[in-house]
Amino acid sequence: GGVDTLETQIGQVSATTTAATLVAGGTPAEPAPQIDKRYGLGRAAHPEEIAAWDVDILPDGRGLPEGSGDVWTGEEVYVDYCASCHGDFAEGVDNWPVLAGGFDTLGNKDPVKTVGSYWPYLSTVWDYVHRSMPFGAAGTLTVDETYAIVAYLLYSNDMVDDDFVLSRETFTDVQMHNADGFVVDDRAEAEYAEWRAEPCMENCKDTVEITMRSVFLVETPPEGGSNSVMNPAKVEGLPSFTAEGPSFIPVAAPKAAEAPAPETAEVAAASDGDALLEHGEKVFRKCSACHAVGDGARNKVGPHLNGIMGRTMGSVEGFKYSDGFADANAEGKVWTTEEMVAFLAKPKSYMKGTKMVFAGLKKDEDLEAITAYLASFSE
Amino acid sequence: GPDPLITELQDWTSYTGVGVDETPYGMPISFESHVVRRNVEWLTASPISSINFTPIHALEGTITPQGCAFERHHSGAIELAKPDYRLMINGLVDQPLVFTYDDLERFPRENHVYFCECAANTGMEWAGAQLNGVQFTHGMIHNMEYTGVPLRILLNEAGADMSADKWVYVEGADASSNGRSIPMEKALDDVLVAFKANGEALRMEHGYPVRLVVPGWEGNMWVKWLRRIEVTDMAVESREETSKYTDVLEDGTARKWTWEMDAKSVITSPSPQMPIKHGAGPLVISGLAWSGHGKIARVDVSKDGGITWETARLGKQGDTKALTRFYLDMEWDGAPMLLQSRAMDDTGYVQPTKEQLREKRGENSVYHNNCIQTWYVNSQGIAENVEVS
Repeated sequence: GGVDTLETQIGQVSATTTAATLVAGGTPAEPAPQIDKRYGLGRAAHPEEIAAWDVDILPDGRGLPEGSGDVWTGEEVYVDYCASCHGDFAEGVDNWPVLAGGFDTLGNKDPVKTVGSYWPYLSTVWDYVHRSMPFGAAGTLTVDETYAIVAYLLYSNDMVDDDFVLSRETFTDVQMHNADGFVVDDRAEAEYAEWRAEPCMENCKDTVEITMRSVFLVETPPEGGSNSVMNPAKVEGLPSFTAEGPSFIPVAAPKAAEAPAPETAEVAAASDGDALLEHGEKVFRKCSACHAVGDGARNKVGPHLNGIMGRTMGSVEGFKYSDGFADANAEGKVWTTEEMVAFLAKPKSYMKGTKMVFAGLKKDEDLEAITAYLASFSE
Repeated sequence: GPDPLITELQDWTSYTGVGVDETPYGMPISFESHVVRRNVEWLTASPISSINFTPIHALEGTITPQGCAFERHHSGAIELAKPDYRLMINGLVDQPLVFTYDDLERFPRENHVYFCECAANTGMEWAGAQLNGVQFTHGMIHNMEYTGVPLRILLNEAGADMSADKWVYVEGADASSNGRSIPMEKALDDVLVAFKANGEALRMEHGYPVRLVVPGWEGNMWVKWLRRIEVTDMAVESREETSKYTDVLEDGTARKWTWEMDAKSVITSPSPQMPIKHGAGPLVISGLAWSGHGKIARVDVSKDGGITWETARLGKQGDTKALTRFYLDMEWDGAPMLLQSRAMDDTGYVQPTKEQLREKRGENSVYHNNCIQTWYVNSQGIAENVEVS
């Protein structure tokens, strides 16, 4: 049969593979690719291509194009393109970034990090506005519009006067407030040196108290996403811990014997028409070895089921029915929902002598779904 | 009595199942439909510039399936087809070059498993225990096997100036034009220009068709939809390396260029989304550990909030800059526990407590929070995100 043939074929294929492996056997992993070789791949970049993509601005101003913009032009452009998210006064709308103010907050809880209070380089502002803003239409601002917007942002942060004109020439005149506010990563000295030590394993503390509980509980609905709700629970009443264990056991754990029985899977109840049909399609898998339905369905072990709902029983052409269905056909009995549900619940009782080898569907939701599913296919 | 699942003939034992090709590209079985990435809506202004979280509570082993690996976009995930893909190398090079996608597949390639962690992972916890779920506290991480061309091969192809004081600026093709500066030493070390993950093409949300892989360094540098590599004589100091991804310390100064992700670990089960349902008796404590500096050498677990520690069993020996699974197989007597894990890497670095981190940095850093996490497990087996003294 087909299975035997397949197995023979697989056997042949594995024999070939084994032989190949033996030939190559013992070859160690290749060394890492050589660096000093050129492969001659790629092509020379055109100057126009480099000009189009290489638009980043370096901290010293290299890369800035010819052009200029003043504070008041900047305000107009800003209101048109930026204010809907960042606010008329760069104060930020909703969760969108605040662009101005926040001076002297960096050492506070929740520092306000703005272009004025935090950004160390003016080049970053120009570069980001020019390349990445406005959000949803990046790269559409002209050079002069960019100069103007940046001039307005500087003015909003009290860094220039209202007659200021930003250009490649005036760029280096601007002093950013937080230019000296950064240190290069010093974790190696400040932290690693101290934290590379054999850690404590026993009696590392005397007592441990729970000082804070989760602020939010998070629900994870089946459709995805999450809902976070405030956690009303308090730390009071929780045990503390010592080397002896917890100070008390609030509620005894269930013993293994009392633990709830393992759950069995439940079929989700069909909630709407689509879900009902989807569920019906799944239930139909029990029928599909013998019956076909849908485009091009033909008789198999059982008759095809296109248009079965509302049709006279035993009426599919070319199918040889049992005597019971032949009689039902002669009587003019029709497949209504009620008849179908009764049949599929207990086929052998409903129709004595039916050739259909099927025990029946036990669940009402399965019966509802399969009839709805079958009804969705016309002749 | 006897279990009807055994004594009665079941549908699945009697009726035929689904044929081949029912779903030409398979999806997880419906019973696992809860194992998905999830976002927290109020965290960001718009889902287009946002993040979601890997369901690490429900995964095992170390490899993250692409379909549930966290997403972080600054201007949304874009559809960029391979025929439309171009990669430019310019700046301090002998010959500026443009590669097509097909060109990249003709360079020698390597395969490596690396973790990618967002610098903001666990960032909310600076302010104390916040969201109740390891997916939300630690889910900005994934771990995949990448296939790609070593960046040094492409730099060499263009005749780049590879002296140690040079930088490589990398930039994406999406509307955020995210760009980061990488010092030459790192660029020549282990950075990959990757086009496959876990054996298949990258997903759109992870930078299809080509992303940068910067092993051990913060996820923001793993530029997606990589379109340009520029050799420069200084750091560009782009928005993402100045106004973001810098760490404000207690005195208001900030650390910059904090690229490495320090050693970190967390217990994924039991955890708030994975309560103990079986009562007292044998219990498997399972967790993840990683270090951007090298391999995980050891993980210790405490059941009493850090008074006593015992060394956990590693699922297998740690790989460099990749997730390592650890286990503690225990008999649970049903008493409450304060579960913690503490990772050590092969540099000898020991994962710090929240207290140690706050002492050094204050509470406003946002990024690079690699503190020891505590779960309070009550006697019913329910776990909660807590802070301890």
